[in-house]
Amino acid sequence: MALKTEPFVLNLGPVHPSTHGVFRMRATLDGEVVVDIEPIFGYLHRGVEKLAEQRTYTGIIPLTDRLDYISAMNNNFAYCLAVEKLAGIKVPERAEYIRVIMAELQRIAAFLIAVGAFLNDCGAYFTPFLYMFREREKIVDLFEMVSGQRLTYNYMRVGGVSQDLPEEFLPALRKFVDEMPRFIDEYDRLLMQNEILLARAKGVGILTKEQAINASASGPVLRASGVKWDIRKADPYSIYDRFEFDIPTGTVGDCYDRYRVRVEEMRQSLRIIKQAMAQIPSGPVRAEVPHLIRPPVGEAYARIESPKGELGFYLVSDNSIAPYRCHIRPPSLINLTALREMVRGWKVADLIIIFGSIDITVGEIDR
Amino acid sequence: MMALETNINNLVRLQAVPPDWPGGFWGHWVFFTVVIIGFVLTMVMGVIYIERRGMGRMQSRLGPNRTGPFGLLQPVADAIKVLLKENIVPTAADKLVHWLAPVVAFAPALMIFAVIPFQNGAMLADLNIGILYVVAISSVSTVGVFMAGWGSSNKYSLLGAMRNVAAVVSYEIPLVLAIVGVVLIAGSLSLNQIVLAQDIPFILLQPLGFFLFFAAGCAEINRSPFDLMEADSEIVAGFHTEYSGMKFAMFYLVEYAEAIAISAIITTLFLSGWRGPLLPPWLWFIIKVLLVFFAMVWTRTTLPRIRIDQLMAFSWKFLLPLAVINLLVTALEVLASPAGLPWVVVIINLAIMAILILLWSKFFFKLGWGRIEV
Repeated sequence: MALKTEPFVLNLGPVHPSTHGVFRMRATLDGEVVVDIEPIFGYLHRGVEKLAEQRTYTGIIPLTDRLDYISAMNNNFAYCLAVEKLAGIKVPERAEYIRVIMAELQRIAAFLIAVGAFLNDCGAYFTPFLYMFREREKIVDLFEMVSGQRLTYNYMRVGGVSQDLPEEFLPALRKFVDEMPRFIDEYDRLLMQNEILLARAKGVGILTKEQAINASASGPVLRASGVKWDIRKADPYSIYDRFEFDIPTGTVGDCYDRYRVRVEEMRQSLRIIKQAMAQIPSGPVRAEVPHLIRPPVGEAYARIESPKGELGFYLVSDNSIAPYRCHIRPPSLINLTALREMVRGWKVADLIIIFGSIDITVGEIDR
Repeated sequence: MMALETNINNLVRLQAVPPDWPGGFWGHWVFFTVVIIGFVLTMVMGVIYIERRGMGRMQSRLGPNRTGPFGLLQPVADAIKVLLKENIVPTAADKLVHWLAPVVAFAPALMIFAVIPFQNGAMLADLNIGILYVVAISSVSTVGVFMAGWGSSNKYSLLGAMRNVAAVVSYEIPLVLAIVGVVLIAGSLSLNQIVLAQDIPFILLQPLGFFLFFAAGCAEINRSPFDLMEADSEIVAGFHTEYSGMKFAMFYLVEYAEAIAISAIITTLFLSGWRGPLLPPWLWFIIKVLLVFFAMVWTRTTLPRIRIDQLMAFSWKFLLPLAVINLLVTALEVLASPAGLPWVVVIINLAIMAILILLWSKFFFKLGWGRIEV
């Protein structure tokens, strides 16, 4: 018996528990089945790119904090790399190591939120989320030690970092690095092999290799589809070529793979931090850079592997104290373009977890 | 009313230890109505406290601990907060249906307690078809939920209500089949008789039945992992998205009253109700109810939520066949020893449960049974 059905439009967001910010999806549903969705964003637009044109090069750093606000260190890092490339500034050795440690810590923190929020979307009522926040709190404490902030750190500077590590930082970091693997195992034990999670996430929202590459996806979303592409290896920036780590990849490209890749990457980040801790030299943490940087006329693009994917800053200088143009390549936005292909034909509940598994931050999408 | 009266007379004759309740039909009626309402309301506060604090501990946080000693007054604070909220009715809502829905949902949750024995014979009405009454009444709250979903004229509400109806219709069947096993052994539909028949708690004689009933019961009252009627991460709050103030409080109350009701039924059917050594019977009853409720809190904090098609598949392809097999096995056992089941049956049934669940869960995923078209 085939009943006549009629699709209807459901507005998910901008205020909705699982849209990870003020993001809106106009979903056309046939009963529970998603026929089509249309992502609508712009609710958090602050005009960061335009604001950047009226600020000094150093003054833009706090703006970058507020892009992907759950991985502020990485944004600082990418921006500073771009300015350094533009002005040809050499960063001292110790500062490079500090930057790498911060970026990897931030990556762990961001993945903790991504995985926790994903499991929360799956319906595990806040338990994994809060477990992961317990560890994120320790990372945030470390960041507070070095920068005094807990969310928007504003720690890196053009030519280095704002200040040297305090004395108690390295012992605290060592303690964290030693106990963290145990906690990651705990997350695995909690839900990794859970029958319900497997049924929910395995084979759901598949993004094939070709689709992923065509959509220009990057980061865990791309790697889960089986593409071994990590900018830290493919186009090493800073001092990433000195460290030994693996690129975890998925095989199918479903939600479960994306989740697995993120958990694995936390382990790899810990490996990098361990190596960096062992090698870190002493010395200055900031190059001699004038207060008002006037880079020569030209342009530069610097990209890093942020927790979301390829985060790039494109700067054009006209030899004034502010950039002529600042363009940001936000990984969240580009990864999101694959969403529509991924959710068609799945159910509302799947729509939520597929969306959650892409892991976006609206601050970065809207800029 | 005649039927009620005769039943109450029967009840008095039944009692091994006749409690000294106020006499007369109306006296009894009034007394137990007050007891039930008082019991449900205080228990709701108790379980809200247990749920919030218990979940807090399990999620490595403290839970509410600011209001009163150990946060004991938190449910009171919650209630005051909810009641002071403005009552908002959407413009496009069907006003009458929207207003009536919480009442329709709330009444059955209270009415279930009419036949549940708090201790020997201490119940509003010892219906000889008690369990049948429970099954019938407990499905009525679905009507209230659907009214809420339909009357709010909100798409989230409608989705939640549709899911609820689909789930309740599917889960009623394994639920009832699991009860039939108990009824076969006890030889009575009266809940008091069922308790009296449990010299060996039926959780031991009917382990599979207990499991089926617990799973189906959780689905029936929207507890995790079957809470997709009010899945907050998907459809905001499901059928009560558009409710606020007192009406929301009613739904909140229904949710917990139903959880207590299912716990009380599980206690009565499988955990030998009010029976237990040393402590007074009513205390045993409350302790067991709270234990069952705690198990629900535990599953809620641990498990992710399943999808609507998996929910259906789980009922029709997992619970239902197992329930039928369980019923068959129980019937054979009762046939073989009509005088009462010996202890050896406990071991047999536990073995059957382990084998069946293992086998079936293997089939369930190997054969791709985990999905169903909705």
